[in-house]
Amino acid sequence: MNSLRKKIDKIKPNFQEGGKFEKLRSVFEGLESFLFVSDRVTFKGSHVRDSIDLKRTMTVVIVALLPALLFGAYNVGLQHFRSIGADAGIFHMFWFGFLKILPLIIVSYSVGLGIEFIAAQIRGHEINEGFLVTGLLIPLIMPVEIPLWMLALATAFAVIIGKEVFGGTGMNVFNPALVARAFLFFSYPAWMTGDKVWIEGLAKGQHVVDGFSGATPLALCAAGETTKIPSFMDMFIGTIPGSIGETSTLAILIGAAILIITGIGSWKIIVSVFAGGLGMGLLFNAFSVNTYMELPAYYHFVMGGFAFGAVFMATDPVSGSQTEKGKWIYGFMIGVMSILIRVINPAYPEGVMLAILLMNVFAPLIDYFIIQSSIKKRLKRAKIATNINS
Amino acid sequence: MSLSVKLSKGLDIKIIGKAERLLAGEVDSALYGVRPVDFPGLIPKLNVKPGDRVSAGSPIFHDKIRPEIIFASPVSGTVVSVIRGDRRKLMEIVIEKNGNDYIDFGIADPSVLSREKIRESLLVSGLWPVVRQRPYHIVANPQDVPKAIFISGFDTSPLAPDYNFIMDNSSESLFRRGITALKKLTDGKINLVLNGKGDSSAVLKNASDVEISQFSGPHPAGNVGIQIHHLDPLNKGEIVWFVNLQDVLAIGRLFEEGRYNHERIVALTGSEIMHPQYYRIKSGVSVSSMTNGNVKPGNLRYISGNVLTGTSVGQEGHVGFYDSQVTVIPEGDYFEFFGWMKPGLDKFSFSRTFASKLIPSKGFRLDTNLHGGERAFVMTGQYEKVVPMDIYPMQLLKAILSEDIEMMENLGIYEIAEEDFALCEYICPSKIEIQSIVRKGLEMMIKEMN
Repeated sequence: MNSLRKKIDKIKPNFQEGGKFEKLRSVFEGLESFLFVSDRVTFKGSHVRDSIDLKRTMTVVIVALLPALLFGAYNVGLQHFRSIGADAGIFHMFWFGFLKILPLIIVSYSVGLGIEFIAAQIRGHEINEGFLVTGLLIPLIMPVEIPLWMLALATAFAVIIGKEVFGGTGMNVFNPALVARAFLFFSYPAWMTGDKVWIEGLAKGQHVVDGFSGATPLALCAAGETTKIPSFMDMFIGTIPGSIGETSTLAILIGAAILIITGIGSWKIIVSVFAGGLGMGLLFNAFSVNTYMELPAYYHFVMGGFAFGAVFMATDPVSGSQTEKGKWIYGFMIGVMSILIRVINPAYPEGVMLAILLMNVFAPLIDYFIIQSSIKKRLKRAKIATNINS
Repeated sequence: MSLSVKLSKGLDIKIIGKAERLLAGEVDSALYGVRPVDFPGLIPKLNVKPGDRVSAGSPIFHDKIRPEIIFASPVSGTVVSVIRGDRRKLMEIVIEKNGNDYIDFGIADPSVLSREKIRESLLVSGLWPVVRQRPYHIVANPQDVPKAIFISGFDTSPLAPDYNFIMDNSSESLFRRGITALKKLTDGKINLVLNGKGDSSAVLKNASDVEISQFSGPHPAGNVGIQIHHLDPLNKGEIVWFVNLQDVLAIGRLFEEGRYNHERIVALTGSEIMHPQYYRIKSGVSVSSMTNGNVKPGNLRYISGNVLTGTSVGQEGHVGFYDSQVTVIPEGDYFEFFGWMKPGLDKFSFSRTFASKLIPSKGFRLDTNLHGGERAFVMTGQYEKVVPMDIYPMQLLKAILSEDIEMMENLGIYEIAEEDFALCEYICPSKIEIQSIVRKGLEMMIKEMN
């Protein structure tokens, strides 16, 4: 490592102020700090600092996403071979799916990081690590058939309009990955909904076995065909059509365990989203005026993006509620709204994305009321004190 | 009946180098330094110039706004230099010690003195600055009468000195005398807060004229700000004074000996000290008087105070006015290949993202590396875990950054000081300079109120 370090030290002056490649300073710093933790020492304030930084934090989230990603790759292959009625080994299926997903990840990262590098250079900041997670989340919430140019466009929209115009990482109101999905959802609905987009090759209609439908469980339910949905176990394991990373509740729960054990993801939000979803589902069960409402409440957890949204999207600390009490309300409302939109609104088979974006808007308001109650308490204490003194 | 408060929020940083309960004796040095920067919120004006002869107790500078607040020379000798920083900011006054002459302020019994007389004695002798106030954590205004006076009987900061050991080696009568003098300065109570964990020194347990309560929990349970918050919270317009435990002895000494003698016991700590132990010193003594021949080789940082709130003074620096501890740790000026990706068996963290959480460890050799770059606020719910107060730290910090005075007031700026938020700065994954932000907020409030 010493020789690498020496090489970096040798070329470093070129990238500093006044150097030949001054314009690439942010890029250089970003890459350098990726390879080596900086030698910078504390200058004021606390002399020692915790070993954790945002890179570590984001790495934990990426590790937590890996089970969903790996299963997603396998499932892309599985669904493809099912659709053409062919048989293949597990590794073959995984490899097939992996090769389908890899371009999506590369496009998402290169477009997003490219914009981040430019923004950091303009602002004179260091590169923020936030996109490391966003860049992986975006492909995972897309249908596998999404054209690469659309993905690139959506990623650019998410980073520029969803984040940078608000002031960059830490300032955004909406979850950037969901902004990317919402952008495509409303701009190119044909590519984001329906029965064809979830399975590789289905849109082209090649060699499809007779009677095979690529409909997601949510689409079936929305059509009132609740009897046709796969078994609970299949949906829990995730061998069903859907966005790349969202199908396996099992893989997502492994990720949730990683987030909760490390303390990086708020368990309060995760738990309360599920609680809200369960509550709303049970309420529908109680009325059950149609077949969708009769669907057992816990089925909602394993269908569509509910679990993925609860674990990886709602827990975004920047766009979510920032007070601990607020997190309970925020998560609960996401759960409630998700199921409400799913069951009641026929135009949107999936409600999680809209529910989270909606609650992103309300998160500051929730925090406002929580903070106000603390302020009132303090003022009340002050009043009592003056009464005693006077 | 004493009140017992148990706190669960906070963090004891696992760092090695605690001082052994061993008093190595008294140390002296050729040079002594007094740092006006130890006293935030004041505008120091010099009374002396290089070459001037001073006695112990001679005024060397005073506050421009309240000129009655003077700061005294700890020893007799000659002023050798006045060190200034950016924009001619007064950084340090260095005195070369010779002789043992002192100014005689006269012996007195504080129990028969009036409030005015005691205030007067403390002011003219230069001992007044040991009395500080909340809000703002600055030297107290002599014109005020505080609603209470707080004395924390223990320190929970990293490698903190054991005050029980210090008190066992101090005079009980001086302590009693100091309390008697302080009692005259308030109409309210004197709160002495003891460590709820373990037994306290007899000097503290048997103290009279004080309201004893017990606090237990991780750092910052020993911080006076936390104790005030739980026992007698500060509202807008209220004032509480506080005094360091060993400064109570100094007050007692002023009346018993009739001279300015800011003597105390300090703990020499840190992983780079070969024999971490206790020393008897006078404030302003050279750090090197204790560390010479007692440190391990390497690039080291010499801190007057603890690793969270202390001041980096360098090898030739001096012990600060309020510090009962000197810490020496290694500098962290090295690059680490993929340091953020390693499992981290040897890395201490408040978070649970490093493998070191899995194995019990006595302590870590922590250095001054920042472990990352400065970023925007991203994570939430972290600061709350290390601030055992009914306060929203992040919202308060954001109010300070946006200079929203009313919001700062509403969110409890009067109840905090840098030291109470130091752990937030330690655990912050975005490496934000939180203590500087807090001081900026306090200075804004001082300006607003005057």
